[in-house]
Amino acid sequence: MAMQESLTALAYLVAAVLFILALRGLSSPETSRTGNVLGMLGMAIAVFTTILSPEIESYLWVAVALLTGAIIGITIASKIAMTAMPQLVAAFHSLVGLAAVLVAGAAYSNPQAFHLVDSSGSIFIASRIEMGLGAVIGAITFSGSVIAFTKLQGLVSGAPVVFKGQHFFNACMGLAIVALIVAFCLQQQPVIFWSMIGLAFVLGVFIIIPIGGADMPVVVSMLNSYSGWAAAGIGFTLHNNALIVTGALVGSSGAILSYIMCKGMNRSFFNVILGGFGADAEGASSGGGDADRPVKQGSAEDAAFIMKNAGSVIIVPGYGMAVAQAQHALREMCEELKKNDVKVSYAIHPVAGRMPGHMNVLLAEANVPYDEVFELEDINNEFQSTDVAFVIGANDVTNPAAKTDPASPIFGMPILDVAKAKTVLFVKRGMSTGYAGVQNELFFNDNTMMLFGDAKKMVEGIIRNID
Amino acid sequence: MSGDFVSQLSIFVLAVFVGYYVVWSVTPALHTPLMAVTNAISSVIIVGAIVAVGPSDWGAAKIFGFIAMVLAAINIFGGFAVTQRMLAMYKKKK
Repeated sequence: MAMQESLTALAYLVAAVLFILALRGLSSPETSRTGNVLGMLGMAIAVFTTILSPEIESYLWVAVALLTGAIIGITIASKIAMTAMPQLVAAFHSLVGLAAVLVAGAAYSNPQAFHLVDSSGSIFIASRIEMGLGAVIGAITFSGSVIAFTKLQGLVSGAPVVFKGQHFFNACMGLAIVALIVAFCLQQQPVIFWSMIGLAFVLGVFIIIPIGGADMPVVVSMLNSYSGWAAAGIGFTLHNNALIVTGALVGSSGAILSYIMCKGMNRSFFNVILGGFGADAEGASSGGGDADRPVKQGSAEDAAFIMKNAGSVIIVPGYGMAVAQAQHALREMCEELKKNDVKVSYAIHPVAGRMPGHMNVLLAEANVPYDEVFELEDINNEFQSTDVAFVIGANDVTNPAAKTDPASPIFGMPILDVAKAKTVLFVKRGMSTGYAGVQNELFFNDNTMMLFGDAKKMVEGIIRNID
Repeated sequence: MSGDFVSQLSIFVLAVFVGYYVVWSVTPALHTPLMAVTNAISSVIIVGAIVAVGPSDWGAAKIFGFIAMVLAAINIFGGFAVTQRMLAMYKKKK
């Protein structure tokens, strides 16, 4: 028996190491695929080790659950559009959160099966704390992710929902949850356990509603982190090291991604999660006394001529490109340019897209080689020696006000220095402001040419005019 | 029991540090696959669900465990599959 237990613990250790290697593999695209296979192997080891343990008596329902999950999961994964990745990840987070709640619920309903009771039949205090924390974080992850999903999917408006006393209200709910966890330690009443979880579901909703659509990269990363901490909490309850290690890995991963996203917008984490940013953007943009200022406007033909005769072009894609589904046409345009001996590279801002690294996936899907795609710090010095910066569906991330205007809401945000290129081509639907609601002075520069129109149609027009 | 907790906590804290260094070394171009795969591996919570489904008698715990197992399995298969699909797209210049 002791032998069996040690073997089980060793198998979980192997699984945990394989998970670490799966993440390690992501340090470069070449090693990433092997890493992912190692991750799958680790998961298989963890699952089969558990199934083979002597406590498991009914294999039928285990098999039914696995098979159902496999069919649904693989179907979704093979059909989902790459533009919809942020929603999918949010939806997946909600499932981890709910699974954590349910496992905690199962452990609470049948603590004997999990070896969590002392001789008098009451649940260990330590287990109650771990179970309570795991369940509460899981519940917040679930309802928060559902709200994030509905915003990303466009089922509800992405605009922040703010009301008076919101933060005070949330703080009270948080304190009430802590009080309930303490009460649960004193008395293992069902009413305490379930109201603690119920309140956490409500808090999850209220935490996410004040956060606006374009702050979603932070929200998705933050929920990623929460799902990890929830898993770790359950890992403590179950005395399962694989779960503890994995929870810690995922928790820190999400936290780091949230940090990178906040830094990409020069906002503090608290500023983002307290929310409300962009709530007054509507008023700022409609103020537009700038509407009458002259801009230089060009056609697809002009753009094709300028780029065909350039030595180098840097493409700056933003979320607008993804919305217009212009990435495939864009890659075609770059192929044409390369045929004309133009050097083409892509510059990605850290917060481009709706989740970390989203733009890179969209470009990869459009068959753009990853060694032509560069991060901000790696390419920003190149603009000054570049002939054309081609900005498509991006705005705020190029706005020089972030450097020059301390009053601007985006002041201090790192930007791509497109203005230093000899010519800047801006593909835009109209003169509207970006998400931050601030005017972009670049539009009025002498070396800027605005290309008004739908991004995809404009790029297709340029392709026709290149040959 | 308390010694058990301290050793678990030690593992947890060390794993946070491992996570910190491993994740900083992930290239930003792969941050979306990173989120998808972390999502898949955090569903190792399925082991808790399996323990709850294990007993032959039906009860609240087994029902919770069964639902949790289906949800976690969706995540595991979906998460790894979508990650593999994304990673297959990253190609070098010909």
